[in-house]
Amino acid sequence: MSLVRETRLIFRRYLMLSLREPGWVVAGLSQPIVFLILYGPLMTRMISSPQTSSAQAWQIYVPGVLVQLGLFGAAFVGFTIIAEWRAGIFDRLRVTPASRLALLLGRVLRDVLVLTVQAVILVLVAIPFGLRTSIAGVLVAMAIVAVMASSLSALSYTLGLALKSEAALGPMLNSLTMPLILLSGVLLPMSFAPAWLDLMSRFTPFRYVVDAIRDAFLGRFGSGQMLQGAAVTVGFAVLSMALAVHTFRRQSA
Amino acid sequence: MAIIESHGLAREFRMRKQVVRAVDGLDFQVEAGEIVGFLGPNGAGKTTTLRMLTTLLRPTSGTARIAGLDLLADPDKVRRQIGLVAQTGGTDMNCLVGEEIMLQGGLYGLDKARCRERTAFLLDRLDLGGLAGRRVGTLSGGQRRRLDIAIGVMHEPRVLFLDEPSAGLDPQSRQNLWEHLRWLRQETGTTVFLTTHYLDEADALCDRILVIDHGRIVAEDTPEGLKQQISGDVVTVVLEGDPEIARPLLAGLPGVRDVTALGATTLRLTTDHSDQTVVDLITTLRDAGISVAGLELTRPSLEDVFLTLTGSSLRDGSG
Repeated sequence: MSLVRETRLIFRRYLMLSLREPGWVVAGLSQPIVFLILYGPLMTRMISSPQTSSAQAWQIYVPGVLVQLGLFGAAFVGFTIIAEWRAGIFDRLRVTPASRLALLLGRVLRDVLVLTVQAVILVLVAIPFGLRTSIAGVLVAMAIVAVMASSLSALSYTLGLALKSEAALGPMLNSLTMPLILLSGVLLPMSFAPAWLDLMSRFTPFRYVVDAIRDAFLGRFGSGQMLQGAAVTVGFAVLSMALAVHTFRRQSA
Repeated sequence: MAIIESHGLAREFRMRKQVVRAVDGLDFQVEAGEIVGFLGPNGAGKTTTLRMLTTLLRPTSGTARIAGLDLLADPDKVRRQIGLVAQTGGTDMNCLVGEEIMLQGGLYGLDKARCRERTAFLLDRLDLGGLAGRRVGTLSGGQRRRLDIAIGVMHEPRVLFLDEPSAGLDPQSRQNLWEHLRWLRQETGTTVFLTTHYLDEADALCDRILVIDHGRIVAEDTPEGLKQQISGDVVTVVLEGDPEIARPLLAGLPGVRDVTALGATTLRLTTDHSDQTVVDLITTLRDAGISVAGLELTRPSLEDVFLTLTGSSLRDGSG
């Protein structure tokens, strides 16, 4: 099938570009570790209480870092497409009969792979700090992170192509991701929040993503939070992807 | 057979509250195997037209057929027939030369063996031999431009579009580029459609020139035809005696459009056929008993043509 073939070609191109940028690879991988080492001990001590053990505190904290990683990693890929658009690369690919969906998916899958590798390293590093969970928990959490990353990366490319200016995209992404991170309960669970803040956070997708990953680490695979989170993550991805394909297809883009 | 037929092709842009008509209804044809130059100053609508013809930009109105296929109805089929070399190129500094060419072949559906074969052939033919493993960022300007062409013709398109192909190249690389484009047409019969604001490029390379200004085609002919059609040749003659006696005699010669006096002894003639006019002029003046002290013939450059047609110089703001 040509869609699969074309997607693979594009995926390989962008993966090679990532791998050829060793500084970028090291920085990308070290960032989550820095979060764990320099911020984890502080956060988990704050969460820990007579009712919450240290292991549970890590189960609450690590999902937050995973989502934060996604927001800061995948959400900023839009910058690369602006540079490519300016260099004529985007047009050069679009002038071929290759599927527009393949041109998008190839990039998105690269971003998903990069983010998943970072997420796995983060979880592995968190284990010696005291994170306790099951293999199944990690796998389910990774699946959620991967689908979330695909939405963020697709949306970021869409925004990049719509704005076509790094100077406009930067502030735009910052002003979108910051409230989303705060409202998602990434840093502290929203169960600590006053009712109005808790309610507000329910209107943002990442609240559900974080809750679902926390349940995955706790092994509660059939919980209402988990099902809700999975539904929101998948729904958000479908919407983001549809919007992005529309932008890639649009003739005036 | 016409390989490009444009019918009323137009594109508007909204700039704040104003509607700018960047391309204002183009009707033209390009025959298969021609090298056609789209000549105009910056902002004339050249790139916008090229982006419409290559399916990258949707026309506001009008359409075009390429190899018999409608741009709007069959964009995917049109894409298989055309190649594009954009002004900015379109290669990534961090990719390898061979990778970039192979990728393009893959996206057009060529299998691996065919991709390898074409890549090797094009690298060799475009003087890029031995550079397959080099990063694009390490190439010279001329090499990068030839890589862009290799990518553009990887799938053997019937029409190759180039947007300002020689912008930023040194004179030697430009000559070399022209040779490769001529080779392409000669060996493969590829139709070449290029935009340029270099008159010498249009003159040296193109079979036919479409002059575009403010989104409209203002003239269309061979380079020679354009020069003749617009300006004519200029014959300047210095006389011994009264030019006012010679003036009506010369104005009546075949092909002479006008005669103006420059100073006390000099006349300036604009003529369609300078060679014939010079012979006639000498005979006529001798028969009238007027001797000629000097004679000069100037052929117009495309620059003159352009000035006449658009009232602006091509060098204005060219980058």
